[in-house]
Parts: sequence; C-alpha cells; structure tokens
Amino acid sequence: MSAAPQKAKAGAEKIEVEVSAIVPLNDLVTRFEFTRRDGQPFPPFSAGAHTVVEMNDDGRTRLNPYSLMSDPADPSKYAISVRRDDEGRGGSLFMHQKVKVGDPMTISYPVNLFPLDLRGRKHVFLAGGIGITPFMAMIAHLERMGGAWELHYACRSEALGTYADELTSRHPNKVHVYYDDKKQAIALEDLLDGQPLGTHVYVCGPQGMIQWVHKTAAAHGWPDENVHSEEFLAPQPGKPFEVRLCKSDITIQVGEHESLLEAIERCGVEAPFLCRGGACGQCETDVVEADGEFIHRDHWLDDDEHASGKKIMPCVSRFVGKTLVLDR
Amino acid sequence: MTIQFNEETFRDDYSFRNSDWAIKRFPFPFHEDSYMYSVNMEQHRGGPEGSVYEKRFDVDEHYVSEMRDRAIVLAEDPLRCQSLPHMTLAGWDTLELIMVSKSEDYPDLFELHRDGDRWRWINKPMGIDHTFTFLDETTLPCGPLEYITRQAQGDFAVLDQRNDMLYMDAGMITTQADWSLDFDIGMDFFEWHAPVPLAHEMGIFKRALKFLLNIQQGAPARRLNWTMTVNPLLDTSPENYHKWGVQKSTLTPENIGSKQHLRVELQTFYRLPRSNALLFPIRCYLIAFQDIVTIPKWGRRLHRVIRDLPEELATYKGFIDNRPKMLDYLSQYDDGLPTSPGVWPDLDTEPPLQK
Repeated sequence: MSAAPQKAKAGAEKIEVEVSAIVPLNDLVTRFEFTRRDGQPFPPFSAGAHTVVEMNDDGRTRLNPYSLMSDPADPSKYAISVRRDDEGRGGSLFMHQKVKVGDPMTISYPVNLFPLDLRGRKHVFLAGGIGITPFMAMIAHLERMGGAWELHYACRSEALGTYADELTSRHPNKVHVYYDDKKQAIALEDLLDGQPLGTHVYVCGPQGMIQWVHKTAAAHGWPDENVHSEEFLAPQPGKPFEVRLCKSDITIQVGEHESLLEAIERCGVEAPFLCRGGACGQCETDVVEADGEFIHRDHWLDDDEHASGKKIMPCVSRFVGKTLVLDR
Repeated sequence: MTIQFNEETFRDDYSFRNSDWAIKRFPFPFHEDSYMYSVNMEQHRGGPEGSVYEKRFDVDEHYVSEMRDRAIVLAEDPLRCQSLPHMTLAGWDTLELIMVSKSEDYPDLFELHRDGDRWRWINKPMGIDHTFTFLDETTLPCGPLEYITRQAQGDFAVLDQRNDMLYMDAGMITTQADWSLDFDIGMDFFEWHAPVPLAHEMGIFKRALKFLLNIQQGAPARRLNWTMTVNPLLDTSPENYHKWGVQKSTLTPENIGSKQHLRVELQTFYRLPRSNALLFPIRCYLIAFQDIVTIPKWGRRLHRVIRDLPEELATYKGFIDNRPKMLDYLSQYDDGLPTSPGVWPDLDTEPPLQK
C-alpha cells in the first residue's frame, strides 16, 4: 500500500455512452436513452440512483445530475427524463435542443442518495411533477421483488402528466394521480393515517412539497427515519465574486451564471464532487477567511454550520462581500 | 499462474505453512518504522503483478484449506453467518460480485456462464459445478451470502446504509480478530467500534464513516489492519476464546519464531449495486515471525514497530504480556540499519542482516 494519503477523487467513475433514443413525452419533458459505446452491459444500479451527465456546450462543460428512471434490471440501457427549464442555466435546454440520437456523451456511474429502505414493509411514493423519475425505477424494482408500494403523483395537468397514463394503465390499483388544474390534491393526512407499521414514505418534487410532507408526517408522529426525500438543487445565478484558493495559490472570479464549483474547475483546480446539487456532501470546503455574507443553499450543512461561516458547499452556494479565502 | 493448494490445518496440529512465494507477497502492513492509527485508505484497483492487491478477491495457496476450516467453524456454530431479512438482496449482490470477479480474474479456476437469470458456476478447486437462478433463493442450498462466502477466503461484513449511517446487518465471520457477528449484528458503525481505544478521541471513526458512506459503485477502496496471533489460528473469535486465549501463554524463546504470527487484514470496501449496501471483505493473512525475518527489511522494521507501539494499542491487540518475548526474539534481526520507505520487501536493494 502506498504511504501517501489519498485525495478524494473528483466525481464518480465515468461511462462512455451514445444517445440511442430521444423520446419527447410532452411539452416539457423528454426521455433520453443511452447505450454503452464499448458494447458492455451497464452496471446494475439501485433504484433511486442518479447519474451525472456531462454536456459539452460550445466548450463549456456542464455537469447535471438526473435520476435514472429505467428498469434497474435492464443492463442494456440507462434512461433519464429531463424537464426543460427555460429560466435555468442552460443544461436542460442543451439536452432538449442540441443533443441528437447517435451523439457520444459521458455519464457517471450510478450514485444513490435516495435509496429504498429495504426494511420497509410498504413504500409510499409521493411525486410532484418531474419528481416522478426516481419512482419509475423504484416501482420497477419493487414489482420484480414483490414489494408493497403505492404512488401518489401530483401534476399540473393531464397534458403534463409525465408517465401518468403508462403508470395508471399498468398499476391501476396502486397509482393515484392528482391534477392541479382540476383542483385535485393529495390528501396527505388521511394517507399517512392509515398506513401499516413499517411503512416508509418517499417524496421527490418541489421544495415546498418536500417540506410539507416532512412537517405533516412529523406532526402525525412518524419517525424521521421513515420519511425520505430527494431534491437536487440547481445552482442559482448571482452577483460575480472573487475567491482566493489558498492551497492552489490562485485567485479566481466566479461569474454570474456559474457556480463556485464550476469556477474552481474552470481554473484547473481539481475539487471533489458527486451530486453537484447540494445533497451529497462531497464538495464540502473549509473557509479560511471571510469578510462578507454567505448565500448557503445546500441541504448538507446544518444551521449551525451555515451560521459558523467555516464551511461552504461550492456546488450551489455563493458569497457576497469583500474577501473569501477557501482551503482548496 | 497455476496455484498449488496446500493441504494444511489452522487448528489441532497447525500444519499451516507459507511457501516462499507466499512469504514474498505477504501484505506487510508497516510503511515506516513506527505505527499509529490512520484511516489509510487507497483505491482498490489492482496492484503490482503477483501481489495480494492485484486481484479484486485474492486467491492463494491456502484457499482450499481455509474453506475447509470455515466449514468446520460453521458446523459448530451456525450463527457465524447471519443475514437480517432486508439484506438478502445485498447477499445476491455479493454473490454476483465475487462470481464475476473470480471468473474474470482466475479463468483457469472459476467459470461463470450466464443466460439471463440462469447461471452456471464452476469452482474447480472446490469441485463445484452448480446451476441456479439468480435472485431465486430456492435454487441455492443456502442463502446467497452464505453460499458464495463458503467459497471465498476472508470474512465478509455486509453493511446496510441508511440515514447517513452504516449498520452491521449481515456477515460471514469465521476468521475474525476477536469480534463477534452474533454480538454486533444490527449495531451501527460507532457501536461496533466502541471497544477500540484512542481512535475515537482522534476523530478517526467520524472521518472513516464519512469516507465509507461516500464509497461509490465502480470505485472500491482498501486498507490494512493488523494484530498478533499465537499459532496459525483463523478462528480467534470471542466465542472460542477459552480455546485459543490460553495458547498465548505457551510462547517460549525456543518456539516463538514458529508459533508467533503476524496477522494482517486486507480490508476492502465495495458499494453493492442493487442494494446500495456496503460490502466489507476482511481477508486475513498469517505469517510466522521466523518467516518474516527472512526479509531483512521486515525483520528490522517489525522490531522497531513493536518496541515503540503505545501501551494501549499493545493491550488492545492482545499481546502486551508477550511483548518482551517478542522483542527478545525480534531484536536479533535488527542491526540498526535504516530501512527503505514503503511496504515492499526490496530484497534486491536492502542489505542482509549485519550481525
């Protein structure tokens, strides 16, 4: 064994793929399917896992996480479903507008930050909009393993109910769809009330929905560890700022539309990361000196750590002020 | 290379022996002349040709005899292999990982033929040729974890990961350095490490847990750990302490070279793909003091490490009482010359013993 301590590697292992199908599902959501360029089967993955897709957008590298929504038992392809975000930083627009069938792309090995609790006697899935994607894989897994589940899926309208028809026709007794434009809503309190012991609840959707589920479940006496959620944050634009990376001995500028992590990478400094969405904790960085205000947006650090000013998650968080020095 | 499998025992007459090949490839754990805890992780992606780090699951001359010893332990105490109900999928993950790795890394010894879920597994050293259905337990003679780990050297702890914590929820533990799966089953990471001295204060376990939680699919890791064992015993379990503990008092200046063994664990860590559990194989390698000192660098270094080891560690590792005898023996092989950095024997460059 080598004597030298090892640096955390940046990102998960990579897989070279080719876009094998692009399937528009509705006005906003398109499915992208990948096959491996080396012809090998894909590694199996656990339901709830995501992959980080590398996009080469006119020389600018974008790395966006997407839940794997294909059947985990099918090693011939991986699939993701991408919702177009016209207001976002451009990753989803790149996927929708520039990616063509046959394009080579690079994706990461699966990483699971939203696994099923395999002790669960029953799994209740609560999806909002594009939050349906991890549940597609979970449902396929539980169907194969004979696990008990039900899905409650809130969408804006029938026209935007991604996979709603497919799920309803396959599993008519387990799938419940609620349309906003018909004023339908998940009756969460009733739903939580009747569940057998050993039930786990999983929620994926907008932040407000996630908080609502956690709060309501807690109020009804559900243990925290039986309520699971996943929300990837996209980095938000903000005022440009300057950062000193003291280990690398360089000073860098973070632009309005890039994240701190992206700016660090652009300047050739290798920094650890996995999810790039404020959830996994890999990119946690020590603050050496700061004179200004942090804009913490991650789910990883707790309130005390946010208040301490000693740590920052550069994938989603920013800074406004005079001086920021990081231990990187 | 074709491996000649030893006929040997790890009990009763202790006929266990290392060949010259096995001595030279022994995973000597000290990269410098002193030892202190560290997380000391590195990627598990191969290593020098012929070394124990080269393959995902090292197979050596002790394979067949070690599997025979495991069968004896299990016959006496079936609780050495346990799997909580939610860990069956992780058992299949383990079976798949070991079968795929061994058939790819040792095609002359193991074959795996897959036709959908219909799998045929051939283990030539153990004379097994079995066809079964993947993910269907009824087609195996026992659970998937037990089935495959009766055919793989080393212990296997299978850790469930949930709520940012690891839980000891399954395992095959028959060659352990004095810990018990039956006692630890269901415990979390901090609970099962509670008996270890000093490391908690040093923050080692907090850092180690963080590292382990983030081990990803396709990127396994490894580290070494070590202790001391009198007689080449694989099964140094708390359950059988009454049988082996007393043997620690049988050392004499005449027999210490052959009886006292350095016990090294090559620990590896794999994220399992289907269950998202963490597989923790703990492979035990034994070497007699008289064999270690045939490598001059290792003889010099082992003396210095044992001499300078903090008392708490010598106590925890169970050899504080025997340390003076060990030092009397090992000091004969330390001439005070400097040693080269790193763990390798460096036989071509390190001088022979100068006394």
